[in-house]
Amino acid sequence: MEKAPELELAGSLRWMWRQLTSMRTALLLLLLLGVASIPGSLFPQRSQNPMKVEALFTSDPTLAKWMDRFKLFDVFSSPWYSAIYLLLFISLIGCVLPRTIEHLKAVGAKPPLTPKFLNKMSGYRTVATDKSEALDVAEKWLKKHHFRIRKDSNSISAEKGYLRESGNLLFHLSLILILVAVAMGSLLGMKGEAIVNLDERFINAPTSYDNLTFGKYQKEGGLIPFALTPTNFQAKYDLTTSAPQDYTLTVSVANPVGSKPVTHIIKVNKPLTFKSTKVYLQANGYSPIVTVRDKSGKITFQGPVIFLPQDANLTSTGAIKLPDMNPQIGFIGSFVPTYSRSSTRGAFSAYPNVLDPRLLLSAWKGSLGLDTGAPQSVYRLNTSKMVKIGLKQLALGESFNFGEGSITFDGWKPWVNLQIVDDPGKMYALLGAVLAILGLLASLFTRQRRIWVKIEDGVEVAGLAKNALLGLEDEITALVAELERESTK
Amino acid sequence: MSSTNYAYLSNYLVYSAMAVYTIAFFAHAIEVAFSVRNVDTKTEFDFSRTDRSGRIGTAMMILGTLLLFAGVIIRGVSAHRVPWGNMYEFSITGALAFSTAYLFGLWKFKIRWLGLPVVIAVLLTLGTAITVLYRPSAPLVPALKSTWLAIHVSAAIMSGGVFLLANCVAATYLYLDAMERKGPRKAWAERLPSLEVLDQLSYRLVAFVFPLWTFAVIAGAIWAESAWGHYWSWDPKETWAFITWVAYAAYLHARVTAGWRGRRAAWLCLFAGSTFLFNYVYINIWGTGRHTYSGL
Ligand code: HEM
Repeated sequence: MEKAPELELAGSLRWMWRQLTSMRTALLLLLLLGVASIPGSLFPQRSQNPMKVEALFTSDPTLAKWMDRFKLFDVFSSPWYSAIYLLLFISLIGCVLPRTIEHLKAVGAKPPLTPKFLNKMSGYRTVATDKSEALDVAEKWLKKHHFRIRKDSNSISAEKGYLRESGNLLFHLSLILILVAVAMGSLLGMKGEAIVNLDERFINAPTSYDNLTFGKYQKEGGLIPFALTPTNFQAKYDLTTSAPQDYTLTVSVANPVGSKPVTHIIKVNKPLTFKSTKVYLQANGYSPIVTVRDKSGKITFQGPVIFLPQDANLTSTGAIKLPDMNPQIGFIGSFVPTYSRSSTRGAFSAYPNVLDPRLLLSAWKGSLGLDTGAPQSVYRLNTSKMVKIGLKQLALGESFNFGEGSITFDGWKPWVNLQIVDDPGKMYALLGAVLAILGLLASLFTRQRRIWVKIEDGVEVAGLAKNALLGLEDEITALVAELERESTK
Repeated sequence: MSSTNYAYLSNYLVYSAMAVYTIAFFAHAIEVAFSVRNVDTKTEFDFSRTDRSGRIGTAMMILGTLLLFAGVIIRGVSAHRVPWGNMYEFSITGALAFSTAYLFGLWKFKIRWLGLPVVIAVLLTLGTAITVLYRPSAPLVPALKSTWLAIHVSAAIMSGGVFLLANCVAATYLYLDAMERKGPRKAWAERLPSLEVLDQLSYRLVAFVFPLWTFAVIAGAIWAESAWGHYWSWDPKETWAFITWVAYAAYLHARVTAGWRGRRAAWLCLFAGSTFLFNYVYINIWGTGRHTYSGL
């Protein structure tokens, strides 16, 4: 008769499960995980360096498209990478859970029976000693050295080093905890960035962010309702190399919005913390302050405009757009905090702090292209439908009359780029990591071994050490010495 | 004394360490070369004849390591920080970790036969450091100012020293294994330990540092969390640290659970060690990402 198909299915499922949880598979998957991570470090990754990925798409679109098809720009969230680590963790659970149960059962149990022939074991000795007392002496010595003991009529089986298996299991279970914590972070967390001028208030709501990403299951309303105002920003640089030495940002925080503000300091390695949400100081730059007047002298714009740094000395560029003027006016600007000039580079900044600022402006007239609906960068001017009407370099307080009106360089403000991150899984990941290390230490530095004492024609002693680790010989020698000492007393 | 003077003092100490290591090199070279008894046939080696030269080599290794230790510490004093801000400093500290790991192994496992290759590697590292990688002593950029940096980097460098030592042992294993498969060991190799001892030694070195490396990676994640807002962002350096970790985990697995020994285990050990070296050399110098603090 033919076998029932269900049985066959169950059988092959069981076979697959056994394969998956076998040591060979675990080893293969581990090696595979390592190898699969390599492309993630060799090709630019979207999560790390989206600009570089974009650049590849423009320089070699067909190659980039093919690489994208294999998720080579998103290796660590790709289906094939996920498949490897998920299989590894299923294998891990399938392997570790049964062993945990076994181990818990073994905690109360006695060591296994003494084998029949001790002379095949390591460190085998026969001891010339009184047979009648040998077992008692051995038991006392083994107890003193924290062995678990099974005493039978003519033998003792003793074992030590259960901590090894406990540590090993703790280590593997902690890996599962870390994986769960990482998943929590990406499903329930959020991450956003915002550029905020000094003295401007930032309210923690989705519209305040320049970019914001939420985990799949994080609600938009889940943001902590605080308001934050940078009140002071100090940047210290090395006078010869311009290398940054220290950034200190003072903020005034109202949590929730409207409550009495409290002052805090944020530094590069010291974020501001609200429960699992943290506010990091990520970057800094300058916003030149300008006043624009139309032909009649009426002010059409006044205030700071955020410029983006282009080099280590904070030479910054940006755009000033005046859609309400008629015709529309735009400026491409460059702000240099400490003015210097060379024949090759033109005007550039020689130091990141403001010592001798200049604002370089080119004025454009025409259509800003804002009404087309296509998204536009606020830092760049789209000049395709504009004509250039002038170019001028301004020192502090100077004005530039560009025909349709005038623009005055009134001053500057520092801005800071805040990164706001919420990762509710973080503490669990840390806990998992700490437990994993403790487990590893326990497992790798505990020697698991057995010692047997048996009365036959004489007194026989032997042992067995897991992984053939050293030290068992010394222990057996000490026990034998004790047996001999007791018999000569 | 001013910072610059401390920086000079540190340089002198590193130079003196190199001089002393050079003496150690000659002592170990003499130990190997002059133990040939029958010069005509070159078949007999007798290392008891050159034992004294070997002992001088060890003494010089210890002295050189002490000088280098002082050089690294004074370098930190000169910059008012831990001496791990650029690749020159990583390299001299790495050389220190490697020779310390060797001395530790010498005390614990009697591995004087490794003296010659170790001193050559240390001299090459120091030589590259002072000629190609040298940078004047300078303070750290703000992102690097953290206690976790000190903890993370010191744990990583120490792990690296032991990984490299394990690699030397595994490479020696493979070399001798190939030799023994062709016939009996050549006379000069008689002094080296048996294959089983080498096999066990590289395993014990790895098992000893694997928790430390795990700790180094975790300390790095804690530091990244406080500096960048994410404890893990798959930056190339992090990715390779992870690859190294997984490779050594695979090595331990292969030995403990799959019963790999000998040649296969030695190859896996070499592979894992080379991921560490690759991370250090390639990613530091040519890599992108936020971890490129080489100062080059
Ligand atoms: C995330 C993947 C894994 C990692 C990183 C990992 C890591 C390790 C490490 C480093 C060791 C050696 C240290 C020690 O003895 O405690 C080890 C041992 C061991 N692992 Fe894993 N492992 C993983 C998955 C697995 C899986 C899937 C299984 C089962 C199929 C498994 C079963 C074991 C066993 C039985 C030992 C040896 C215990 C002993 O006798 O000492 N591991 N593992």
